Formats: sequence, structure tokens, C-alpha cells
Amino acid sequence: MNWISNVVRPKIRGFLRRDVPENLWIKCPDTGQLVFYKDVEANQFVIPVSNYHMRMGATARLKSVFDGETWLDIALPDVPSDPLKFRDERRYADRLRDARAKTGLKDAVKLGLGKLDGLPVVIAVQDFDFMGGSLGMAAGEAIIKGLETAVQKSTPFILFAASGGARMQEGILSLMQMPRTTIAVQNLRAARKPYIVVLTNPTTGGVTASYAMLGDIHIAEPGALIGFAGPRVIEQTIREKLPEGFQKAEYLKEHGMVDMVVHRHNLRATLSRLCRILTKAPGTPAATIEPGDKVTALEPAGDRASTL
Amino acid sequence: MRSYLDFEKPVAELEAKVEELRALQETGNALAIGEEIARLEAKATAALDELYAELTPWQKTQVARHPQRPHCLDYVSALITDFAPLAGDRKFGEDSAIVGGFGRFEGESICVIGHEKGSTTEDRIRHNFGMARPEGYRKAVRLMEMADRFEIPVLALVDTAGAYPGIDAEERGQAEAIARSTEACLALGVPNVAVILGEGGSGGAIAIAAANRVLMLEHAVYSVISPEGAASILWRDTAKAQEAATSMRITADDLMRFAVIDEIIREPKGGAHRDPGAAIRAVGEAVAAAFQSLRHMDRDAIRAHRQDKFLAIGRIAA
Repeated sequence: MNWISNVVRPKIRGFLRRDVPENLWIKCPDTGQLVFYKDVEANQFVIPVSNYHMRMGATARLKSVFDGETWLDIALPDVPSDPLKFRDERRYADRLRDARAKTGLKDAVKLGLGKLDGLPVVIAVQDFDFMGGSLGMAAGEAIIKGLETAVQKSTPFILFAASGGARMQEGILSLMQMPRTTIAVQNLRAARKPYIVVLTNPTTGGVTASYAMLGDIHIAEPGALIGFAGPRVIEQTIREKLPEGFQKAEYLKEHGMVDMVVHRHNLRATLSRLCRILTKAPGTPAATIEPGDKVTALEPAGDRASTL
Repeated sequence: MRSYLDFEKPVAELEAKVEELRALQETGNALAIGEEIARLEAKATAALDELYAELTPWQKTQVARHPQRPHCLDYVSALITDFAPLAGDRKFGEDSAIVGGFGRFEGESICVIGHEKGSTTEDRIRHNFGMARPEGYRKAVRLMEMADRFEIPVLALVDTAGAYPGIDAEERGQAEAIARSTEACLALGVPNVAVILGEGGSGGAIAIAAANRVLMLEHAVYSVISPEGAASILWRDTAKAQEAATSMRITADDLMRFAVIDEIIREPKGGAHRDPGAAIRAVGEAVAAAFQSLRHMDRDAIRAHRQDKFLAIGRIAA
């Protein structure tokens, strides 16, 4: 081995924000067309014309839903770090540190308490950029915390799911997040509060096989990959090409696993309407307003809370 | 005919010699052969003891998958009387990868649900090697709901490489089926006990194993993904399965330390496949004791016990 390959690189990468520079052109993964990044960002990360829904970071997602783009961050509970002292080609501890530097998040879930057209809601977002949105102890505990907060504050719970599944580096303790989160879902149900899941691209594995498939209402974003086993695993098992559109949002709707496929531009209004109906809150003109309009300007947030 | 695992080679050689000498003895020529047989047998036993006292996680994985290891239906036929196997999810079909039904355990009514891998080639195909489709999990839900209504405790026998990853399984909602089955376990107002008999493979296992008491055979393994799967994803090299088996902490001792399981059931010398009868008896005794320990609790208490137990896993003590 060349001696130079052993050189430890200065750990400076972690300080560099990996955000895409604003002047960059990006390629639509679907049609290959080149689009201006700023246009995509301004369009809620949906590529104009092709309507391809790109992944959305946790903060951008919370901004896109909460009134006035503001909310209270709910702190993630502390969990034991790297319980297995795991290493594959790299140490898990190092991977974690990099993911934190890259995303600015503590782990793959971000929690917010805020208002949606004046109605208080708790929202959990899984950020795929944090180790594939994988479900480990921290993410599991965060989902539980989010559901518990919804029970305490007597609000609906909205989940934006995006995950490759369990975090393998935490072994069996990641598997245990499946029953653990399920318990928290059961407690929300016992409190008779709505649980709405938005399945985004991609949501697979232990996340779909637990809390993400236990919602009262399942919404999927167009084209999102949703399933239990990943397409590669299935192809390897059955040694066949998978059918066109297999495990896509539209396919899941056709097979009875999701209630609706909703364009990101209509998501906020849809969530608002559903939360209001299920909690028997009065309807709001804001809920039918076209996306992009300044909804919060019409309905001062403070007034609505008192109607609950 | 006994089948040996690769690491059992020294034992295999000694036992083959014993067999040879036995054959010779039957032809009736040598006098000193009896002594030699006894000596070799003792040596084989010692070698076996030594091997099994310190199995590596990868060796345990092989033992857990041993074709002659007793499977779910072996336990059911030995431990459960008046057993009435039930079939179908009442929604789509019957999936024999998960077997289940009602019977008596030590005289009292019980509901049994388990993964069956099958013991002959024909059986294995019929049971899909213990890899269930959504119908299997939905049948499990159906049986658990029935057990709950009739206040009959539930025993889950876990032995699966994982839920089946196929087009049809996805089409009919494999993820949702697993989620609902896990949920059904956690909703039970009657005690449930799960035993990891061989392989506890990920979501396919937890779907029936979210129990008040989780017991595990000494050489069974329980993990979030198979060592081969982890090797292919994390190391991008399936040849790293042995390393993955070690790193992932999949043995009963590891899981006991993480409080993921409640009890380890010791196996006969050389593993459950060497003496299935003894292994089955040990499981029977442990299961009886586990149900006994849950007997005094009412419906709310039993549910709270299960919830508290799972929520405590991995939590930093306050």
C-alpha cells in the first residue's frame, strides 16, 4: 500500500457546509433537464415542469408547513451514543460526527411544535441527509417524544417520513425502536388525537414496518419510493426485473396502502383541512387558499388556539 | 445421518472413527476395541464441549440455522396437547411460513404462533423457509385478537431469517402487515411470551416477539439484519459476514446485556440439534415459569408491564 494513502486527512471537511451554492444548475433526476437551483428551492424543491419532488431537509420542511415559518423546537432526548462500539469500514462514531456536521442536526429526526392555520400541531420530520434518515435510538426516542408531546398538548401529530430503515450500526437496539415507537402511537390513539403520515421519497424498512404505516391517514408525495424491502434486495431474491412504477406512491395508493398522493404544493392545505376536520375545529378560508399565498397573514395564529 | 457444520470437523472425525470401530466390533474380532471406543467417545465429547463453550457469533449463526435444529412444529407437537392448527388471514390467503393455533400447555388453554422453516425439502418449500408474507402476519393478528377476547395467553416461537422480500409481499403491504402484528402484540391484555428458537430475523421476528417475556435459546441469534445483509450493505462485501456477525452483537449473551431479552435457555451439549428432546423440555420449563411470573397481573397491568419494559430498553436511567 502506498504510504500516502494512510495519511490522516485534516478534519476540516466537517466545518464546510455542504449546501449547494445558489448559482448552481441541477439536473432533474427524472427528465434530465437542467434547472436553476434557486428556482427549485423557491418552488419547495419541486422541479418546475417535470414536477419531480426532490428531497427536502428537515428545517425547510418545517418552514413549509408551520404558520409564519416559525415553531418551537422540541429538544431530542439524550440516548446512549454508539452502544455497540460499532465499526465497519469506518467507525460509527465518526459517521455520526460527520452527519451532524453535514446537516446541523443532532440525529435524523427534527421535532417542532407550532401552528398550522392557527391550529397547534406537533410535527416530526425525518431528514434523509442524516445517515439515510435511519432509525436508531435517537430517532426512535425523538418520534416517541413527538407523539408524547402531541398527547400532552392535545394536538394532532404529523410525521414526514423519509428513511432507508433501521440504523444497522446500532444493531438490535435499532430494531427495538419498532415496538417502542408503536407503543407511543398506541398512546396517541388512546388520547384520540389524529396521526397523519406523509410518506416522502424514500421510506422503507423498519420505519414503514412500524410507526410510518400506523397513521390514521397516509399521504404520499408523488413518485416517492415506499416499501418494506428495498428494490435491490427484491431483485436479488427473485432474480427478476421489477415492474414499472413498483413501490411508487401511486402504486401504493392503487394497492390500498395510502389514502392519497398529494403534490407538495397542496400538502399544507391538505394537512390543515384534515387536522381541522378530525379535531372538529371550525373550517378556515385559509385551508382552501392556493399554496404560496401568505396564509398566516389572513388568520392571526393566536386567535385560533382559543377555539380548541 | 448427522450433518456437521464446518467448525465441527474435529468432532466429526472422532465420531466417524467411533462408528468405524463399532462396525468392526460387530464383526466380532478385536477385544480391546470397546476400550478404544470409550476413549474416542470421551475425546469427541470433550472436543464438542470445548467448541460449544466458546462459539463465535458467526458459529452461533450457523448453529441457529442448523437443518437438524428442532423447529417450531417440533416444539408444538411435544409441548402442546389438543392442538388445533388454524389457517388463513380471512383477507387473502393462508401463509404456512407462520403456523398458529390453539391448544393446551400444561393443561391450560394457550394460543401458539410461530415461524416454521420446515425440515424436509418439500416442507421447506411449503413453509417458504419460514419467511412470511403479509398473510402470515395478518393471520397472527387474527389469532392474537381471538386469544385476547377469550383471555388465553399467547406463546410466540420465533425462527425466521426475516419477512419475505418479494413482489407479491410488497404488493399486499408487507410493511403494514408487520407493523400491525407488532401492534397487536403490544395491545394484548393477556400475557405473551416469545422464545427465539433459532434465527430472530429483524422485522419479521419482532412482529410476533413484542412480548412480556422474551426468552432466547443459548445458541440462537437475534438481529436487525442478517450478517450477510449487513456485510453487503455496510462493508459492500458479503465475505465480511463473520465480521458483521461479531460487530452487530447478535448472541443471547449480548442481548441479555442490552436487556432486549429476559432469559437465556441453556441448550444440550453440542447444541439443540444433538438432543432435540432435551432442548424442547428446557424450553417448556422456561415458558411455564415465564407465564407463571405473569399470572397475577390483570389486563391493564399486563399491558403496562409490556410497554414499560420496551420503553426502558436503551434508555438512560433518569
